[in-house]
Amino acid sequence: MLEEMQGHDATSGSSLRLTSAQLATMVAHCIRCVPEEGCGLFVGDEHGVVLSVHPTRNEARSAQIYSVDAHDHLRIDREAEDAGLSIIGAFHSHTHTDPWPSPTDVRQAPDPTWHYVVVGLRHETASTRSYRIIDGNIFEEPVVVVDKYNPT
Amino acid sequence: MSVAVRLPTVLRTAASGQAVVTVDGGTIGEVLEALQRAYPAMSGQVLTNEGTLHRFVNVYVNDDDVRYLDKLDTKLGPDDVVSILPAVAGGTH
Repeated sequence: MLEEMQGHDATSGSSLRLTSAQLATMVAHCIRCVPEEGCGLFVGDEHGVVLSVHPTRNEARSAQIYSVDAHDHLRIDREAEDAGLSIIGAFHSHTHTDPWPSPTDVRQAPDPTWHYVVVGLRHETASTRSYRIIDGNIFEEPVVVVDKYNPT
Repeated sequence: MSVAVRLPTVLRTAASGQAVVTVDGGTIGEVLEALQRAYPAMSGQVLTNEGTLHRFVNVYVNDDDVRYLDKLDTKLGPDDVVSILPAVAGGTH
């Protein structure tokens, strides 16, 4: 099921880099939103480094659809701009399907430079996968937890 | 009247890279029509070909989403700032 498109120029070397606390914030928000889909935005830099995670309201209030609350989006966009940063992606949960972008996710992806994270809540342990969506094509990228503990 | 319009990253290429542009209009509808006339590469992305607001775009006057005001008929004042952001949405299917 994993389709890795190797060597695509726009995504070669692309990854999402975040801390364990940021990952936990995102997953916890999605779990709290169950049975609805949870969603939010990331602010970061042009290298895919997440600087802050911003859970938002889901305007659709649905288990099948998410729509980042327009006022939350405006506030986060302004704060990012004031800090010389920008919104670099969005996350949302799939409460009962696999964490792969759906046709709707692909069709409605707003920005080809963004990172799109799907938090899968289908199984007991949440899974988090990140993608670039460009011209209707999905490219999975690694989620790099920058402060992961690796005992030796 | 001249109105400042903040553009989302995805539309800036169509405006020669500018993040904020100034167009004339007294309502949101007039401003968005003027925007698409000034930057034809944006045609169909903010207003549909039928002249309605594209469903995947959010337009704000200052802090307010125009869907909760008067939509395209929302009147603008001299210090109002219009912002355009893409809708961020998707779903299971």
